[in-house]
Amino acid sequence: MSTGEPFVRWDWIGDHLGAIADRVGQSLQLAAIAVVLGFVISFALATIAIRRRRLYAPIVVAATVAYTIPSFALFAALVSITGLTTVTAEVPLVLYTLVLLVPNIVAGFDSVPPEVLDAANGMGFSRAQRWRRVELPLAVPLIVAGVRLATVSTIGLVTVSAIIGNSFGGLGYYILDGYHRGFSTEILVGGSLSIVLAVAADVAFVALQRVLTPWARARAAVR
Amino acid sequence: MSLASVGNSTTASAERRAVSLEFRDVSKQYGRDGAAAVERLSFTVPAGAVCALVGPSGCGKTTSLKMVNRLIEPTGGEILLDGEDIMRRDVTELRRGIGYVIQQVGLFPHLTVAENVAVVPSLEGWPRDRQAARTAELLALVGLDPAAYARRFPSQLSGGERQRVGVARALAADPPLMLMDEPFAAVDPIARERLQDEFLRLQRELAKTILFVTHDIDEAVKMGDLIAVMNQGRLVQFGAPDAILARPASDFVAALVGADRGLKRLSLRTVGDLAPEAIGRQTLDGLPRFAPGTKLRDALSALLAADTRGGVALDGQGGARGLVTVDAIASALNDAPPDHAR
Repeated sequence: MSTGEPFVRWDWIGDHLGAIADRVGQSLQLAAIAVVLGFVISFALATIAIRRRRLYAPIVVAATVAYTIPSFALFAALVSITGLTTVTAEVPLVLYTLVLLVPNIVAGFDSVPPEVLDAANGMGFSRAQRWRRVELPLAVPLIVAGVRLATVSTIGLVTVSAIIGNSFGGLGYYILDGYHRGFSTEILVGGSLSIVLAVAADVAFVALQRVLTPWARARAAVR
Repeated sequence: MSLASVGNSTTASAERRAVSLEFRDVSKQYGRDGAAAVERLSFTVPAGAVCALVGPSGCGKTTSLKMVNRLIEPTGGEILLDGEDIMRRDVTELRRGIGYVIQQVGLFPHLTVAENVAVVPSLEGWPRDRQAARTAELLALVGLDPAAYARRFPSQLSGGERQRVGVARALAADPPLMLMDEPFAAVDPIARERLQDEFLRLQRELAKTILFVTHDIDEAVKMGDLIAVMNQGRLVQFGAPDAILARPASDFVAALVGADRGLKRLSLRTVGDLAPEAIGRQTLDGLPRFAPGTKLRDALSALLAADTRGGVALDGQGGARGLVTVDAIASALNDAPPDHAR
């Protein structure tokens, strides 16, 4: 960091508002794609694990092992396979969501009380009706909790994908570029906006949770 | 029955006939050579009667109940509804035609009280206004004000209120047969007694065929027109409550009904059933007085407590009808109890 330079150069921020907005958009896009794909894959894996309990432990172990691979190393290694593409950015991001999503989805369906299932069966729900009208709605609180965790964690991880190249990384581009150039303003913009995004996503999911599950809130309002 | 009178009835479509329920040599065995949970169970519940299935835990009573709506499939014998084998019916359609009430209630926590009650009508595709009308009618029937309760969630109800909703839900599509598995066991004794009384009052109007599982012989005596006593998967005695109390078929049944079975029989009869002795010249001052609906068991207890041999039987208007004595109460056990005395 050169001497005489102020810690934050507001004029630079003012000159780059458009580019910063683009990077915010890219962060959100990379995170959203990862969470959506991760959710689809996790839902499939969780469904398999619920049907065949023996497979639950191996699936979670595999997801955990994937999670332990350092993100920096994984992005770097993938460049040699899938090149400088969005695929390279998304594969690790998707992979890291699994360990957060699969256990929460399984726990969500496990949380449906057995007497509720007994009543549903006895009243003549078909399997599909029971799943859609009883099991899925009751699993929602834990599923949303998992998606919330995965989203916050992915928004943080998106910044690491900046190492693939300038056209990736979202706000992470500024962190990496600022580091290379010894320019603290850029690091600060990238870092703080990432935190703001993560917190905003967290709040949005809490709100979504409340809208989706009015019945869970009613418990607090017992006469 | 004309359509107009159906519409005017307090229980709307409750005109559907009850069905008879017959177990014919029904068995359930788990595994190839595992012990039988239920073995060659045979009995018949006539249409409109309440049959209490009673016995110790693990005797096979819940298994037997769950075979009726095929939550458990029998491994032998057949179960007939109005003579038709339930295995010939589509399982979903069979279940929607049978009310199902369980101890833990199993209300859907994410649905309001009204939505819970309307579950089967909604599965059956009733129009919304008909669902709403039926829901309000049923909530009122089980003693819950629709305006106050319809939009609550189950988590906002007491245990007794939950079970009322559970009963309303089971009645929603007006099934001719109800299966009730320890429905009142999870609520406190005072609420339980109220629920039992109200359910009996309801049943007098609805006249459903009911299979009622309980481990409590007092509840079986109170609720059942018939009692089926089970032990280790087998039916050990079947008959009217008074007959089982008077003549237990085995030591097991005698132990189950208890040493106070004579007193329990008195609970099946009321002061109004006795032909009272004529009042002589003695003064009636200070004697216990009994309304016609007083159970003989309570009357006897009051006489013993007051240390007197006789009390006053009142008529419906509160006038003295005659004398009730300890001897008259004791000899009442020689006669069969009237139907209304529960």
